[in-house]
Amino acid sequence: MTLIPFAILAFIALITALGVILSKNAVYSALWLLAHFLTIAVMYFALSAQFLGIVQVIVYAGAIVVLFLFVIMLIGGTITPIVHETRPYARIAAAILGAVFLLGLLFVVGKGATGLPAPAGAPDAGSVQAVAEPLYTTYLLPFELASVLLLAGMLGGVVLALREKKRRSST
Amino acid sequence: MIATVIITLIKILVLLVILLTGFAYLTYMERKLLGRFHVRLGPNRAGPLGLLQPLADGVKAIFKEEVVPGHIKDKFIYLLAPVLTMITPLIAFAVIPLAPDITIRGYTLHFYIADVNIAILYIVAVMSFASYGVILGGWSSYNNYGLLGALRTASQMISYELPMGVLIVAIVLATNIGAGEGTMRLVEIIERPRPWWLWLWLWIAFIPFFITMLAENNRSPFDLPETENELIAGYQIEYGGMKFAMYMMGEYLSMIVSAAVMTVVFFGGWKGPFVVPGTWHGVLLGFGWFVLKVIAILFIYIWVRASVPRIRYDQLLAFNWKVLFPLSLIYMAITAVMVAAV
Repeated sequence: MTLIPFAILAFIALITALGVILSKNAVYSALWLLAHFLTIAVMYFALSAQFLGIVQVIVYAGAIVVLFLFVIMLIGGTITPIVHETRPYARIAAAILGAVFLLGLLFVVGKGATGLPAPAGAPDAGSVQAVAEPLYTTYLLPFELASVLLLAGMLGGVVLALREKKRRSST
Repeated sequence: MIATVIITLIKILVLLVILLTGFAYLTYMERKLLGRFHVRLGPNRAGPLGLLQPLADGVKAIFKEEVVPGHIKDKFIYLLAPVLTMITPLIAFAVIPLAPDITIRGYTLHFYIADVNIAILYIVAVMSFASYGVILGGWSSYNNYGLLGALRTASQMISYELPMGVLIVAIVLATNIGAGEGTMRLVEIIERPRPWWLWLWLWIAFIPFFITMLAENNRSPFDLPETENELIAGYQIEYGGMKFAMYMMGEYLSMIVSAAVMTVVFFGGWKGPFVVPGTWHGVLLGFGWFVLKVIAILFIYIWVRASVPRIRYDQLLAFNWKVLFPLSLIYMAITAVMVAAV
């Protein structure tokens, strides 16, 4: 990707990311997040990683943000404004964790990538076949482990829901 | 370069005209057919056989006063929602091939706007945006019925996207058979020859796929988001005039797109008897077959609406998670075994 399109996309991505945390209304935050995900998807497309881009749109824009909106509507995000964290230690903890994350990010950026992200070589280097091949051969084990992690998360959700149901039926 | 851009723009214009006319006459077809199913006549006043009825409806919607109810605070989102619903199926149509290619004086004319190598995923991605129109519309209406309709849409669409996605995986896997390499390009899915048993096997998947499409398009018996007898039209409740018409357009256009996708994937798109690719009559006949197949699937949509009562909300979700989703997983597993064995 050349400098100017990257700069424009990065600018939009930053603006939308700021929109997520600065919006007073949770629904607007979700919509800013949607715009942010779409900008990232465009970046993937520009780096000729079509599969990654379209999966970004399907998973994040098509499902995750819809679920966010679902939850916001269920808890009534339209009426209640976002409650600011009032516990004193929460802000300090957030500042420390943020600083650690920023340092880690800077370390990774400084160590590895220098300059702009390089576009993939061939035009179909980001195609489904090109992504699937290493995923199901070289990196099969981490791939399957990630799916086990997701399964564990799902089972956790089911267990919590069942416990709630049992408690409600016993009283 | 400029010639390509101009040709593409012309194609987009022609496609828009075809789709919007198609939408108008789909409503006519639905009302006429529903009338017949109910032993009525259906619309028969405007023009011969009531053929000008869609035109009259359009004029009526345009000339209605544009009212935005006073309690609506987020006018932007309120107005954006119906537009989103209407635009998404139009965008999805860009990758659907309508007729075989033809070469005139060295220039190959394609009857699709874009040939994307992840066309099926593109359609899934674009169609998943249709739910935003409904959700945002229901939310920005500040109305309990609207909000309930929006909530139902969110859970319904996300739930039914799962079996749909699994079935699409099975279809893409099946493109391996006879070719050695799978494809997600709709152009290639049509052109690849299939053995007869593969056609039969894929037609089995047509039934669950059609059911998920009914749910994705909010069509009866899955029109829970707008159930008029309990939610008094749900998310559409605060919309009137052209904004309401846009919601209707979105619904009918996504029906057309879904029917076109099913035509391409299950019934060979423009393929049919006597179609010779590369000739003018081949193009016309191919387009004719395509339209005929789409209309046949749309007829099933209307037939189902006239025959099946609306199901209850918990039944809707239970049917998806306990019947449709496991069945589609089994179907995908068997297809995978078939691909590996052949």
